[in-house]
Amino acid sequence: MSQNIKNFSAEPIVRYRNVTKVFDQRVVLKRLDLDIMPGEKIALIGPSGSGKTTIARLLMTLEQPTSGTIEVNGELLWHMQHKGKLITANEKHLHRMRSSIGMVFQHFNLFPHMTILRNVMEALVHVRKIPKPQAQQRALELLQQVGLQDHIKKYPAQLSGGQKQRVAIARALVMEPKILLFDEVTSALDPELVGEVLDVIKGIAEKKDTAMLLITHEMDFAREIADRILFTDGGVIVEQGTPEQIFENPQSPRLQAFLTRFLKERQYGLASETAAAGAE
Amino acid sequence: MWDWNYTWEILPQLLKVVPITIAATLSAFIFACALGAPLAMAKQSKNKWLSLPVSAIADFIRKTPLIIQLFVLVFVLPTSIGLTLSPFVAGMIGLGIHYSTYLSEVYRSGIEAVPKGQWEASTALNFTKTNTWLRIILPQSIPPTIPVMGNYLITMFKETPTLSAITLVELLMTAKTLGSSSFKYVEALTLVGLIFLVLSYPSALLVRALERRMQAREGSAAIK
Repeated sequence: MSQNIKNFSAEPIVRYRNVTKVFDQRVVLKRLDLDIMPGEKIALIGPSGSGKTTIARLLMTLEQPTSGTIEVNGELLWHMQHKGKLITANEKHLHRMRSSIGMVFQHFNLFPHMTILRNVMEALVHVRKIPKPQAQQRALELLQQVGLQDHIKKYPAQLSGGQKQRVAIARALVMEPKILLFDEVTSALDPELVGEVLDVIKGIAEKKDTAMLLITHEMDFAREIADRILFTDGGVIVEQGTPEQIFENPQSPRLQAFLTRFLKERQYGLASETAAAGAE
Repeated sequence: MWDWNYTWEILPQLLKVVPITIAATLSAFIFACALGAPLAMAKQSKNKWLSLPVSAIADFIRKTPLIIQLFVLVFVLPTSIGLTLSPFVAGMIGLGIHYSTYLSEVYRSGIEAVPKGQWEASTALNFTKTNTWLRIILPQSIPPTIPVMGNYLITMFKETPTLSAITLVELLMTAKTLGSSSFKYVEALTLVGLIFLVLSYPSALLVRALERRMQAREGSAAIK
């Protein structure tokens, strides 16, 4: 049940232009051009080290591009005007720009010294400056949405991986970002906990008009919720298209090889699961 | 040899200065704790113009003897900038500055133990730098350092006799005065040693208990 690319009439909310990122003389992203439309759900697939995560980290301002520009809402993210010249953005500019971006991490990164409720409330109170009672109300709504209303007084260490990641999703959502980044959010989870997290993300994708950039190894999931799929390899977008185009009619040999390998792995995975079930 | 009558006679005089010794230790410790935090943050700063000089000064203070620093405070400052400090204040500042350089290292290890993901989550939630430090990083980095800080408190307490060199009337100074007037040093000095032992030992036990409780708390949080 895949959709066609939606007819997005508005201006893109995010625009990467000619973006290159070099780490220790290793080029991880090569001259990337990418537009993300408001509300668009994009899945980024590709082998490890293909630059997927860097695309998200540059937008979250966790890494600075080596060259090129990123625009958010038509405004440059990493640059600002100063006396008629374009200079690297300062913390104040980044702080303002970040308010429309949110991110969920592979390793959750919950605050271990705070209860679940405070994890979700903290930024509302201290970043958005929303009075505590209202902030708590909204945090509770979000925690209910991810099915954790009975755990609000617990600490992160008392939760399962899947529960932790659902808290992290609530924590990012409560800030109402216009674009939400998911960086391999199920990769650190035990297989049996992946489903509950994916279900929560699917729910958000259906209900919210937040744009989403999902870096994922879950192909069925990508196929189900994405409007557009990008396949990256070696720091470039090798191929992109609707889920049908990507999965049913891959053009480039690299994508074909990637999908074949993925299918094989899944078959092997299923086979070993059946074997394990038989042994029990 | 050992004069019991004399011992009982001088004990009250020695005990009378115990509060001063403890007050000097505690005020110097609080001063060191307060100064150690910004010192640790400055040393970690990405701004080289801040981190390098601060690190150099801290290294200099740590690698030179305390007593010289105390002499600078008491004998150099009055003649150079006309600032005369009482022995107590000079002792508090000198001992405090000296140990702040050690405590800043303790803080640093605590700060570095906080995973990188905590900083990244703080950025993603758009916390300001100040809020990230105050609400996310420091609350996680300070508790594990408490036992080490406790040990430094005891070390500083045992360091207070150095302050007798700048005429602070603490335990050693009192013992020396008593000894020189009666020529009976054994009793006075032995008592000083015993008083230090009696005060340090329970403190050390307390620190160890604290350490065990912290470990137990971490363990139970992980299991639950």
